[in-house]
Amino acid sequence: MAPPSTRRPGFSRRAQFGLFLGYVIAVGGILFALMLLVVAAVDPAGFSALKGAALDATHPISAGGRSVVRFVDGIGSGIGDYFMAGSENAALKQRLESERRMIVEARAIGLENQRLKALLKLAGEVQNPIAITRIVGSTFDGPRRLATLSAGSASGIANGQPVRSPDGLIGRVIETGRWSARILLVSDGASAVPVRLVRDGTPAIAAGHGDGTIDLKTLELGKNPFRRGDILVTSGTGGVYPPNVPVALVTAVNGDRTVARPLADPAGLDFAIVLPIFQPAATKPLSAATQTSLEGAQQ
Amino acid sequence: MRIAASGRDTAFRGPGRPWVPLLTTLGASLLQALPVVVTTPVVPDFAFLVLLSWRLLRPEMWQAYVALPLGLFNDLVAGHPLGQSMALWTATFLACDLLDSRSGWRDYWLDWLFAALVVALYTIGEWRVAWWMGSRIPFEVVLPQMILGIFCYPVVARLVVSLDRWRLTR
Repeated sequence: MAPPSTRRPGFSRRAQFGLFLGYVIAVGGILFALMLLVVAAVDPAGFSALKGAALDATHPISAGGRSVVRFVDGIGSGIGDYFMAGSENAALKQRLESERRMIVEARAIGLENQRLKALLKLAGEVQNPIAITRIVGSTFDGPRRLATLSAGSASGIANGQPVRSPDGLIGRVIETGRWSARILLVSDGASAVPVRLVRDGTPAIAAGHGDGTIDLKTLELGKNPFRRGDILVTSGTGGVYPPNVPVALVTAVNGDRTVARPLADPAGLDFAIVLPIFQPAATKPLSAATQTSLEGAQQ
Repeated sequence: MRIAASGRDTAFRGPGRPWVPLLTTLGASLLQALPVVVTTPVVPDFAFLVLLSWRLLRPEMWQAYVALPLGLFNDLVAGHPLGQSMALWTATFLACDLLDSRSGWRDYWLDWLFAALVVALYTIGEWRVAWWMGSRIPFEVVLPQMILGIFCYPVVARLVVSLDRWRLTR
């Protein structure tokens, strides 16, 4: 294809000026966009009204189509189930047996737990969910891992609230519209969740790796305490996430690097439970009195 | 179209469906609102590929600043930080203008080569912006998306060519 000649507007001053103005607008626009990016980096909650409105506007597409996706998904697994029925039945029976035994044990432990808590006068932290809703979509290109919820500020959802499913922690809310909200998944690179190892209570940080897995970072140097198959739960440190929510399962340990998989798979989720911030005071800015006394202590 | 100083309409009239390029680009942005949950970045950015295909196919159609509002729409729909697509898409258009003014004859392979370069730079840009926004991930994570994007370009370009043919028929 020959290069088009329309880029050179000839001797017309007006056409030349129009082209020049186009470039001025384009370059100015890039500078403006970079400024917007700086604003977004400094204040991630900026333009929340605009972004919330956009989120609401695309909500019908996401929410309406989700049932179609689930239906198509269901057909595939339904056919598979039909052929595997015999062997699956036997395996399930076996599993039921073993789990029944475990349930009895768990009940006994639960009772004992209750008794001990009563002895210590510890109130069980009751977590009433703010909303129970669906995950209706996610970003699918780009390095960020964000998902969309089908309920927003109209249901009481606000930025910063943790989101979980029955299986485990999903992430936290970062943007809210009126009827939809965007959440930062635990596998996003910007997510860091304080966790502890169920086996022995070793504290760690679960940082997203961006590709659906989680990197585990221990707080102390030395031997890597993780083993394949270890389960991590939130520790409650930091006050955002409530303690004892399952987060991840360790899938590989390579020297210092530990890779884990989130226990709640957002792709297969039906329901998401939005919880209140565990200790609201933890995310608030310091009061003026505390601030001055802290500054005084530093000097 | 009127030829300068001729006083009458000659050659072809305005194209039959002038909104097709704009609407297909906006539609490709809206793909990101589809109810699909993906946990690994492997799906290429189709909005960008459609935009790039239109730009390489019809260099005279859009001036560089047209990418600004299109990028804003993409940012809002996809949940990118505001300004990411605005900056990257407009920079892409300026690079395309540079290519148009420097290159002579172009063919399919040269277009693909250029598209591959642009897609690679675009992915690096996205990764960099995510880095500034606090998402510190290694570049290998976005590599599959970049490679898939490069190989999806011919498919998208073929689609855009057929759309263009439909646009210009009456």
